[in-house]
Amino acid sequence: MQIPDTHSPHEVINSPAFRQLVRRRWSVSLVLTLAMLTVYFGFLLVVAFNKAYLAQMVGKNLTLAIPVGLGIILFAWLLTGIYVYWANNHYDQEVANLKAKVK
Amino acid sequence: MYFATILLQAAPASTLGTANPISIAMFFLFVAVTMYITYWAAKKTKTGSEFYAAGRNISGFQNGLALAGDYMSAASFLGIAGMVATKGYDGLIYSIGFLVGWPLIMFLIAEPLRNLGKYTFADVVAYRLRQRPIRIVSSVGSLLTIAFYLIAQMVGAGGLIRTLFGLQYELAVLVVGIVMTAYVLFGGMLATTWVQIIKAVLLLGGASVLVLLSLARFGFSPAALFDSVTTQYGEEMLAPGGYITNPFDALSLGLALMLGTAGLPHILMRFYTVPDAKAARKSVFVATGFIGYFYLLTFLIGFSAMALVGKAPIESIDKGGNMAALLLAEQTGGTAFLGFIAAVAFATILAVVAGLTLSGASSISHDLYVHVFKNGISDEQGEIKVAKRATIALGILSIVLGLVFKGQNVAFMVGLAFSIAASANFPALLMSIIWKKFTTRGAVWSIATGAILSLVLIVLSPTIMVDIMGYEEAIFPLKNPALVSMSGAFLMGIVVSLLQPEPAAAAKFESEKLRTYLGVGAE
Repeated sequence: MQIPDTHSPHEVINSPAFRQLVRRRWSVSLVLTLAMLTVYFGFLLVVAFNKAYLAQMVGKNLTLAIPVGLGIILFAWLLTGIYVYWANNHYDQEVANLKAKVK
Repeated sequence: MYFATILLQAAPASTLGTANPISIAMFFLFVAVTMYITYWAAKKTKTGSEFYAAGRNISGFQNGLALAGDYMSAASFLGIAGMVATKGYDGLIYSIGFLVGWPLIMFLIAEPLRNLGKYTFADVVAYRLRQRPIRIVSSVGSLLTIAFYLIAQMVGAGGLIRTLFGLQYELAVLVVGIVMTAYVLFGGMLATTWVQIIKAVLLLGGASVLVLLSLARFGFSPAALFDSVTTQYGEEMLAPGGYITNPFDALSLGLALMLGTAGLPHILMRFYTVPDAKAARKSVFVATGFIGYFYLLTFLIGFSAMALVGKAPIESIDKGGNMAALLLAEQTGGTAFLGFIAAVAFATILAVVAGLTLSGASSISHDLYVHVFKNGISDEQGEIKVAKRATIALGILSIVLGLVFKGQNVAFMVGLAFSIAASANFPALLMSIIWKKFTTRGAVWSIATGAILSLVLIVLSPTIMVDIMGYEEAIFPLKNPALVSMSGAFLMGIVVSLLQPEPAAAAKFESEKLRTYLGVGAE
């Protein structure tokens, strides 16, 4: 079977590689988005329903609420880091391959 | 651990509210430097892409700093530090809400937005839909968001500058309006970007020094700081208090802050200043890091102010605690440092209103003038001329609004701006990117529903009915309407699109994908 080097945009869009690229991009986004939503709204629910849990002391003059709150800030940033790492190392390569095939 | 109280008694009376020569000198230096940058930028700002998008030559890192600069308002610097200083931990819950929207911008919006659009987020919504109706409603969504945000900033600015510099409210509003109009009018996006970057560096640097000076009083030990807080005000300061009681309220405000961030026109517009999707993605990473660091600083500044200045002295100057960071600066670094932090706060306001004005002007010129009145046939110089006139008009309008709303309670307007952004702008933007069957009608109904529900429900909510109008009870139970208004916007967009399909729009979805994911044909 002969595979031509370049394809029409229509062929590229319908190619399995492109479909997989789109699917994978949204899977990664969805997982990371759900992680952020779960952590943030989970935190708000604990604040709303069980303040005592967060008020417990985990050290001298340190409530559980403080590491949890600052941890969420760090978590949000780490999630963006994970996405950038994934996109730079996997997504961009695939995009470049597919882009080269478009006539 | 007791030296905090001793310091408190020894603290001299605050010089806040008197003309501080250092802060005035600092402020003039800031204006002089930024005006020079505006002059430099003006020479490089000729074409549309230069005026609206700084020629798309801003690097990912620079744009990250500028995004942080656009987002870190004086209200969040002084307001969140003040909230921590007077209410303790609750201030952190509030600031977390402002941060968690950033990852979602990256995962859902940033790259498709950069690849599909040109100057405004309406470019993306209108990409395969009918231009006129989409441009009209999305510019209404944009301008409403910008207007409420702008009023809150201008009124805050007037009051703040009066307290800081002893300047008259009216004069302060006038100065802010004129200087920021000059940035946008002459220097366009390039000048606005550099104003944001300088402001972000000054704010992050100033706040870092303030934290270091404060922690030095506790032997650089946060534990000693918390010890002083609990000794004076009890352990409950370090745990959630009365800020969140009703889970639905928490959910609704949480949604507004989180998804509203992804619908703020002046934030979205910044993604067009970078060369490609990769740089757009990097800029969110950088912005999230700096904004997160900034909230960590405001948290420590708030508790330091509580421990070193004391709750009562802070509340005696401003009930909401807005002067906490400044009083702390005076106590730890003297009048000179107070002058510096005050000038930084002033610069912060200028930068944020400049960003808002530029995005409002582009919505008027690019969305309304070109695509509604000129049917999309844009003569570039004509478009820039309209954008500049719109900038002047918005500059005047912001001054007038600042004067009209003097002394009014406008704190709710930031929440309202986020609610409209989350309900009118975000759902339509997201659906246009990911949903093939999304139609023009669906988008129009979605945006209109989100905007109208936000406006009507906020009036019927406890935020306005109880807190401002003084009724016993509100008709609508939630303080922020986003839970209902955003759900309504999504639902309306989906139902209307399904009821009346638009084959022409669906047919273009496939070719749009090439641009969305591969960046083929991106501007």
